[in-house]
Amino acid sequence: MSKPSLIVIGNGMVGHHYLESLVESGFAEQYEITVFCEEPRLAYDRVHLSAYFDGSSADDLAMGTPAQYESWGLNVRVGEKAVAIDRDNKTVTAASGDLLSYDKLVLATGSYPFVPPVPGHERENCLVYRTIEDLEAIEAAAKGGKVGVVVGGGLLGLEAAKALRDLGLETHVVEFAPRLMAVQLDEDGGQLLRSKIEDLGVKVHTNKNTQLIDDGESAMHRMNFADGEKLETDLILFSAGIRPQDELARQSGLEIGERGGIVVNNHCQTSDENIYAIGECALWNNRIFGLVAPGYTMAKVAVSHMLGGTEEFTGADMSTKLKLLGVDVGSIGDAHGMTPGAISYKYSDDAAESYKRIIVSEDKKHLLGAVLVGDCSQYDTLLQYALNGIELPEHPESLILPSLDGAAAPALGPDALPETATICSCLNVTKGQICCSIDEGATDVGMVKDATKAASGCGGCAALLKSVVDNELEKRGVEVSTDICEHFPHTREEIYHIIRVEGIRSFQELLEKHGKGLGCDICKPTVGNMLASCWNEHIMDEQHVHLQDTNDTFMANMQKNGTYSIVPRIAGGEITPDKLIVLGEVAKKYNLYTKITGGQRVDLFGAQLHELPLIWEELVAAGFETGHAYGKSVRTVKSCVGSTWCRYGVKDSVGMAIDIENRYKGLRSPHKLKFAVSGCTRECAEAQSKDIGVIATENGWNLYVCGNGGMKPRHADLFATDLDDETLIKYIDRVLMFYIKTGDRLQRTSVWMDNMEGGLDYLRDVVINDTLGLAEELEKQMAHIVSTYECEWKATISDEEKLKRFRTFVNEEGGDPQIINIIERDQIRPA
Amino acid sequence: MNSVTQLDWKTLCSLSDLVPFSGVAAKMGDAQVALFYLPGQEESLFAVCNHDPVSRANVIARGIIGDLNGEPVVASPLYKQHYALKSGECLEDESVKLKTFPVRLNGEQVEIMQA
Repeated sequence: MSKPSLIVIGNGMVGHHYLESLVESGFAEQYEITVFCEEPRLAYDRVHLSAYFDGSSADDLAMGTPAQYESWGLNVRVGEKAVAIDRDNKTVTAASGDLLSYDKLVLATGSYPFVPPVPGHERENCLVYRTIEDLEAIEAAAKGGKVGVVVGGGLLGLEAAKALRDLGLETHVVEFAPRLMAVQLDEDGGQLLRSKIEDLGVKVHTNKNTQLIDDGESAMHRMNFADGEKLETDLILFSAGIRPQDELARQSGLEIGERGGIVVNNHCQTSDENIYAIGECALWNNRIFGLVAPGYTMAKVAVSHMLGGTEEFTGADMSTKLKLLGVDVGSIGDAHGMTPGAISYKYSDDAAESYKRIIVSEDKKHLLGAVLVGDCSQYDTLLQYALNGIELPEHPESLILPSLDGAAAPALGPDALPETATICSCLNVTKGQICCSIDEGATDVGMVKDATKAASGCGGCAALLKSVVDNELEKRGVEVSTDICEHFPHTREEIYHIIRVEGIRSFQELLEKHGKGLGCDICKPTVGNMLASCWNEHIMDEQHVHLQDTNDTFMANMQKNGTYSIVPRIAGGEITPDKLIVLGEVAKKYNLYTKITGGQRVDLFGAQLHELPLIWEELVAAGFETGHAYGKSVRTVKSCVGSTWCRYGVKDSVGMAIDIENRYKGLRSPHKLKFAVSGCTRECAEAQSKDIGVIATENGWNLYVCGNGGMKPRHADLFATDLDDETLIKYIDRVLMFYIKTGDRLQRTSVWMDNMEGGLDYLRDVVINDTLGLAEELEKQMAHIVSTYECEWKATISDEEKLKRFRTFVNEEGGDPQIINIIERDQIRPA
Repeated sequence: MNSVTQLDWKTLCSLSDLVPFSGVAAKMGDAQVALFYLPGQEESLFAVCNHDPVSRANVIARGIIGDLNGEPVVASPLYKQHYALKSGECLEDESVKLKTFPVRLNGEQVEIMQA
């Protein structure tokens, strides 16, 4: 069966974000994806386009790279336009004439600059400002000229004016409205912005309606305005707003708004349920959103909806903060005070050339909007008040008034922000998510950015992000936090190194040489675990037994009523009928609740401490071994039935799973390890959600690493392809031992990978290219573990001293009379 | 069992039943007590109630022993709260506490006093 096909038309910032979100969702591989990128290069950062004239190259601005797209498995048609959509036959026609079918179609066609139909607008060197090609044309046109004019005094127009000034032209801005940035700023704000820009040498002409462009005398063009004035210029840049690029949608009969824009619902679906529209081409609630943040939100919503999610697009905050020609400008929410009853406060400082205005609700409790020109230092605080409905201080004006006594203005500290506060509105990252990433191991802004993507959109929240991160780190006492606990002034990795190098064999020895006190429930199990990873001695040996968590101590999993569950090893999930019968008989005899686990095992619940050895005696006699379900250790290797039975299987996945399980069973590690082996690319064993995943190919085995399910699922990364058996095992040996060496306490391989500097490439370098020269040592260490394996339960039932430990009471036979079960669905469960 | 013997030391088990730096459970009438043995320490024997007030299971004896800022503690094996072995106080939650019992070694015998 072939995969459903998905076509994405448009590869701007929003189109790129859509692909990125889809890949992150983990479902990209379920679709055959084709991307139309009309421009000659993949998505780039249009928001920072003017940086092109500051010395940034097209590569610096690039967001998507061909290599990245290839690794995502996308078919990209760069420089090729989609020219028609046939909705009846569900096809897209490419400019080349190719006909491509789709199951789902995403339109991310963006917008085009509006060029007013002034006679003469098509003359040479009358340009627009949107693409890198436009910039190249502007650069070329500027070479022969002295004067440049931007038509349009909005946000983009002023950006374009900066570009012209950077190119050394005498720069003019011509605006139809009476003030600059009429959408975002009020009259006073616009006025101040104008005077500041004029101080920088840019001439501003407002209330100017261009009627004709014809030949100039001193320059190439002459602009003739309705009021009779004229302006001569060599170059004209139109930046008079954008229009949604809806042509394809229009000709295919999708519903289009009266003034353009592809009509979408809250799921970003167009009038055709199989077609989505996102970004500046989409019209939601009769509005076009010309900022990148709402476009990103739409991209996420469209991905979510296609995958059956429930996210909705319900409008967007259009607040902006930016530096225009070096002038700080900020606009939040209802900047014009249009809300009925709104009260506004203004503060204007001619000396400092700044203007601030806040608009608050009638009851003065909430901030509705703000305008800031010349000084945006309060922007982040004000935005948080507005977005999160935080109650204002008694005198709201104190937020924008300078402090006369030298005291700091009442900034909204990061502590005052609720968990739900959106810190990065481009990527919709909340304070709660940032805190969460810190709890999961991020220890600086960079790591938080990597984990949450915060501040990777417009970057406007970078300062706020840093203050939140710093504050949270401080609260968690990060300076000392790398120590494992108060008993050892070392990290887990350092202690592991000490144990290896000094050959330390017991916790007591380590404590005497490098620690203090008695230890605790943090360091004792961690050290016990590392000693096992290094030397593989029985965890119930006298010097180790007191280190272990109750699960390891009694080699079973404690349940909520103090009883234990037992999971015998069933390597690869393969079990004979006779052994299955034994499990049933034992469960029946000891009245245990039985359940099949996700790792293809049988879990037997409800055994009391004193029953464990009795049960294991029977299990060991039947040939079972312990399953280590209780340890931070290798748990299960799950497999599909593979080529021995399955008509699609290309290799014996069960055989490989059993070999792998028998090799690594008993290995203890920073956290639990789960494996799976699939016999073909259909992946029935779900190997890509495992710490170590192996998938058979026609030519060998593909190895995936560092995936997991659980609270925060992560798909495993493809580590190496088409390996033979021997190389596969060699790589797994090295990956696991390197994880044991460098992983943090209770850090799953997924988080380990996410925190690894250099990531997957680095791990490949270490494991495949042996850049650290560790490979041989790692293999030797693994060989020691493999050769010293013994079943912990088998060793225990023949050892009188160890068996003494399995008494519910030391002074009485039998179990705890207070454990009471009831019957539910024909089995016991705790009352 | 009756009031005459209440204040007497009562033998619970022998030293060899204890596990160094770990715990065992013992029956004391119908009640259950968790015994912890820290050889070499100033105070080496502790007895607290085996009942975990948070999980309501009788599991305290199976927790890990350690110290926090020098105070000997046991961590509940289920939800990991720390209880001071001397006072029975929970370090994370003031509203719960373990009952403690006077306990001593008399030769090879572990003796407890039930209040």
